[in-house]
Amino acid sequence: MQETLKVSVWRGDGEGGAFQDFRVPAQANQTVLDVVTHIQRELDPTLAYRFACRVGMCGSCAMVVNGRARWTCRTHVRKVVQDGRLELRPLANLPVIRDLATDMAPFFDKWARAKGTFQPKDSADGAVPEEFHVVPPSSAKRQAADAGIECIGCGVCYASCDIVAWNGAYLGPAALNRAWTLVNDVRDGARRDRLDAVAGDAGCHACHSTQSCTERCPKGIDPSGAIAGLKRTLFWGMFGLDR
Amino acid sequence: MSARGQQHLWVAQRVTAMILGVAVVVHLVTILVAVRGGLSAAEIIGRVSGNEAWLMFYAVFALAAGLHGAIGLRGIAAEWLGWRGRRFDLAWLAIGLLTAAFGIRAAAGLYAA
Repeated sequence: MQETLKVSVWRGDGEGGAFQDFRVPAQANQTVLDVVTHIQRELDPTLAYRFACRVGMCGSCAMVVNGRARWTCRTHVRKVVQDGRLELRPLANLPVIRDLATDMAPFFDKWARAKGTFQPKDSADGAVPEEFHVVPPSSAKRQAADAGIECIGCGVCYASCDIVAWNGAYLGPAALNRAWTLVNDVRDGARRDRLDAVAGDAGCHACHSTQSCTERCPKGIDPSGAIAGLKRTLFWGMFGLDR
Repeated sequence: MSARGQQHLWVAQRVTAMILGVAVVVHLVTILVAVRGGLSAAEIIGRVSGNEAWLMFYAVFALAAGLHGAIGLRGIAAEWLGWRGRRFDLAWLAIGLLTAAFGIRAAAGLYAA
């Protein structure tokens, strides 16, 4: 007889809901996203969830699996299953649209508030600024920017952050990591505005450095380190120093 | 309060933490040394009365402790109780300065004793 997984899936919307149990055939190689897709295609087509690339690039499929936020397309069931059980919930700290799909708008609105858009430097004569000519990949600034640039915006860090849960205005790890990436980009011309945007109780100074974001980032990025970098840069900036 | 002001509170809390780190060590070592030969009010007053260095030390210590504590409590209250905004900020400032004033008053009293 084939083994089955006992899967509890949270069903509901912003008003509330409850767990619904499903039994899904266990496979030797199976991701959590495979399990959710099996439920939606074979057992209950009304299940709402979100995915796109299935290969860890798009950042759409994050959910809370057995209590931890994870990218489900790259999470093998055998690594997270407990006594043959999976419990799937939508990402924490975000409004639920339905079932496993959350509204990511607050998450991305905060990227905008942290000025997460690249703002090219201008040069006086309208020519291409000198910083654009060559950016050596081995330069310290570029390596600092590259450290955080692979963020896929999955929201795992945001859902894992206690400060976000306690302080609704807090920009969160991903937006601050993006800001730090651009602060280190020598071609960017909005450094001052960006540092202003990430200062204070809703910005980097709210972070307690508990590092759940760094621990759980599926891309191995260190948002906690990025936030510490913002604090450091803002601190020395008070004395006119660039560190 | 502006984001800049909030940043300054953050900086103040870190700087006062550094002061407290040194001050607490000096304070504890002094206690250990002082109690060796038995402790009496006369001995304490003998050490600190009329001594500007001890007065300054405890004035700075009390000010750092008052501000550090109030800023920390402000953060906890904002996160756990949702106490945010200008009125709470002013209240925490008052609590911090009042706490510091009690300590400075005690130090001044011993100086004058």
